[in-house]
Amino acid sequence: MSLELTFEETIARDQRIEPRDWVPDAYRSTMVRMIAQHAHSEIIGMQPEGNWITRAPSLRRKAILLAKVQDEAGHGLYLYSAAETLGADRAELTEKLITGGQKYSSIFNYPTLTFADVGVIGWLVDGAAICNQVPLCRSSYGPYARAMIRICKEESFHQRQGYELLMTMMRGTRGQREMVQEAVNRWWWPSLMMFGPPDADSPHTAQSMAWKVKRHTNDELRQRFVDMTVPQADALGVTLPDPELKWNAARGHHDFGEIDWAEFKQVVSGNGPCNAQRIAHRKAAHDEGAWVREAAAAHARKIDERQGSAA
Amino acid sequence: MRSEWPLYEVFVRGKRGLNHVHVGSLHAADDEMALHHARDLYTRRNEGVSIWVVKAADITASSPDEKDPFFAPSGDKVYRHPTFYDIPDHVPHM
Repeated sequence: MSLELTFEETIARDQRIEPRDWVPDAYRSTMVRMIAQHAHSEIIGMQPEGNWITRAPSLRRKAILLAKVQDEAGHGLYLYSAAETLGADRAELTEKLITGGQKYSSIFNYPTLTFADVGVIGWLVDGAAICNQVPLCRSSYGPYARAMIRICKEESFHQRQGYELLMTMMRGTRGQREMVQEAVNRWWWPSLMMFGPPDADSPHTAQSMAWKVKRHTNDELRQRFVDMTVPQADALGVTLPDPELKWNAARGHHDFGEIDWAEFKQVVSGNGPCNAQRIAHRKAAHDEGAWVREAAAAHARKIDERQGSAA
Repeated sequence: MRSEWPLYEVFVRGKRGLNHVHVGSLHAADDEMALHHARDLYTRRNEGVSIWVVKAADITASSPDEKDPFFAPSGDKVYRHPTFYDIPDHVPHM
């Protein structure tokens, strides 16, 4: 049987593609692009919330936030590990992130202005991420699907801590409630953009669905997220900033207003409020850590040589 | 100076009574660091009671190109399975 046919049949039988299987070049590059973009998003995603670790209002909130940011580092590493099974090189992936050769989610290019943003990121941004990621647990590429299972388990904590934080603030002063509403106003639309361009304008969707690396279209997932979030906003007592948002009984879904795709394109192409800052920070961390990586490698080499000469 | 750390594969025993299972990989300068990183990366929520790490370069794997011929010797030996043998229904405990 030809290699291509074996690949097609594995996908058709809903079995997983595993690391050393033959795959078409385009499948490999699609998976590397998807996984790398996802890994970079987790790594860059540490920054907006990391911004608040030292200023968290209590030890409890600080411990939670620290654990969450550590999880994001962990998620990035699971994903880099999955990308490497496709032949991608870790150092090269970091290089491509720093030089803009690969992208990360545009959501992390928005600033976190108040502590309520930490809660809203957990609720909306991680909520949207969960919507995107749950179907990816059945992605046709085995290592990616397995990484997603671990990640989804851990994301649930992220979303719940955010929502709980917001409930606590909503029970507080009027100033705190306004702070929550203001954060919701800023994050709602960027959260909807996280699902990517509309289906009609999404160049990769058809092929990704055929290969079962994606299971739903961007618009399907976006709709699911809106439907899930509306009752959560009601329970919290905040208003989602969209006058056109209303239940449509005929469709069995909520209708919602037009997303500002011009803004999305601006942020994706590097002109968001924090793009330059995020990359500069990542680059500085990488450059400033170089001596540690070199010292550890030199130490390991020395131990090796010593053991070699003793034997 | 070359400072890239080698790739290690990580295996975790979830609890006593279970096998170690492959969970992923990581980079580390040496074996000791690989163990510590594996603990921090793959067992943040009590997922394990024991960890093995091994340099990915030290693993020998069967080739995916010849997966069918390689496993062929066990393909035609149906008599290795209990269902190969007909035992009358009235014979108990078998």
